[in-house]
Amino acid sequence: MSDHGSFYSRDRAWHPPALTPAYKSSLVRSPQRALLSLPSTLSELTGPVFGPDRIGPRDNDLILNYHHSGEPIGPRIIVYGRVLDEDARPVPGALLEVWQANAGGRYRHKRDAYLAPLDPNFGGCGRTLTDDTGGYRFRTIRPGPYPWPNGVNDWRPAHIHFSVFGHAFAQRLVTQMYFEGDPMIWQCPIVGGIPSRAAVETLIAALDREATIPMDAMAYKFDIVLRGRRSTLFETRKEGT
Amino acid sequence: MVQPQLRSKLNRLKESPSQTAGPYIHIGATPNASGIDGFYTDDLGASIINTQTKGTRVNLTGRVFDGTGTPLKDALVEIWQADADGRYPGRGDPRGPADPNFSGWGRQAVNAETGAYRFETIKPGRVPFPDGRLMAPHVTFWIVARGINTGLQTRLYFGDETAANEADPALARIEHRNRVPTLIAPLSVVAGVNTYTFDIHLQGTSETVFFDV
Repeated sequence: MSDHGSFYSRDRAWHPPALTPAYKSSLVRSPQRALLSLPSTLSELTGPVFGPDRIGPRDNDLILNYHHSGEPIGPRIIVYGRVLDEDARPVPGALLEVWQANAGGRYRHKRDAYLAPLDPNFGGCGRTLTDDTGGYRFRTIRPGPYPWPNGVNDWRPAHIHFSVFGHAFAQRLVTQMYFEGDPMIWQCPIVGGIPSRAAVETLIAALDREATIPMDAMAYKFDIVLRGRRSTLFETRKEGT
Repeated sequence: MVQPQLRSKLNRLKESPSQTAGPYIHIGATPNASGIDGFYTDDLGASIINTQTKGTRVNLTGRVFDGTGTPLKDALVEIWQADADGRYPGRGDPRGPADPNFSGWGRQAVNAETGAYRFETIKPGRVPFPDGRLMAPHVTFWIVARGINTGLQTRLYFGDETAANEADPALARIEHRNRVPTLIAPLSVVAGVNTYTFDIHLQGTSETVFFDV
C-alpha cells in the first residue's frame, strides 16, 4: 500500500452541509463562502503518530476506567469494528477516541445540566489504537438518549462520539455512532443534516448476536471509513526534493 | 457524481459521514484541561515542543468567532505543522526524519471564559507544494465545535513573511484577494515572545478562508 498518494476529494454531498437550519447552532457557525480547493500537499499527506506507549491498558474499557466504588449502571456492551479507507484497505495504528453520556443520558461535563444523575463509576471517555487489521474494540455501557436545547422537545438518539486519526491529517474525522433499531435516529436534527438515508445507515452500529458475550455483554459492530488515496507517488518525490 | 448502481462496480466504500463534535468533546479530547480528572495522566497534544526543540519559539493565539461576532467558548482547535527545517514528524514525509524533539501536533479546548486558544510552538520551515515550489511557512488549523457539522480546516500564515506569502502557491489560489488577509496572523512581541494572533471567523464579511484539501 502506498502511503504517499494524494487523497480522493471529500464528497461534500455525502456529508452534512455546514448549514443545516433544523440544527440551530449551525446557523451562525457555518461558513457561507466556497471552500478553497487545493491538491493534497505534504501538510495534509502527513499526520501525527500515536504509539502504544501513550495508551493505558484500561483506556478502551469504560466499564473499568472510572471505577470508584463499583461498576457503572446500565446495559453492558462491546463496540467493535474496523477502520478502513475508501479502497477497503485496513488502517492500522489509527487512534480512536470516544466520549459518551452514561446510561441515564448524562455527560460528565460541567455544562451538562440534564436532571439525570451522574454515575459515580462512569466517566464516559476512552481511546484505543487499531491493530494490524484495522480492528478495534471498546467495552462500555450503552448510553441513554437525552433532551437538548434546540427545539423545546428535541432528544438525541443514544450515541457514542468518535474522533479518528488515520495516517494523514487529511483523514481527520469526527463522527457519531448510533444503535440499530433506535427510532430516535430518524427524528434527530443533527442526524437529519446528513443528506441521504444510505449515509445515515453507515453510522448505525449493527447488533451482533454472534459477538455477544453470553450472560455478560451485548455486541455492536461499527466500521469506520476514512478517505482513500491514490497509489501514484507523491510528485515532489520524483524531483528528489 | 457516479450513479449509485455504477459506483458499486468500483468496489469503493464511502467515507463515514461527519457529525458534529458537539459541546462535550472536552470529555474525550482534553479531559484534564477541562477539569474532568481521572482518565489519563496528560491530554494528548498538550505540548508540542520541549527545551531541546530546534527553531524560533513562537506563540500562536486567537479566538474563533461566530457570525454574530461572539467568540466560541466550546470550540476545540488542533494544529499540525512542520519543524524548523520544514519537515513533518509522524507519518508521510518522504524526505526523512524531522526534529525528534518536536511533535508537530497540538490540541486545545479554547478557554471556557474568554474563548482564547494559545499554542507554544516554533516557527515552521518551508514545505514544498506538489509542483516543487516552496510554500510559505504555515500551520494547519482544524476547528470543531457544537454547530460545526464537518471539521473546518484552514491555515495560519505568518505576518512577517510578506515575500514568501506573496509567492505562496496556495494563497495564490484565493480568487477574492481581499480575503487573503484572513489567513495572515500579525506579529507582536508579548513578554519577549514572538506572538502571532490568528482570529478565525466562521461567518460574515471577514469570514476566514477554509480549505477543502
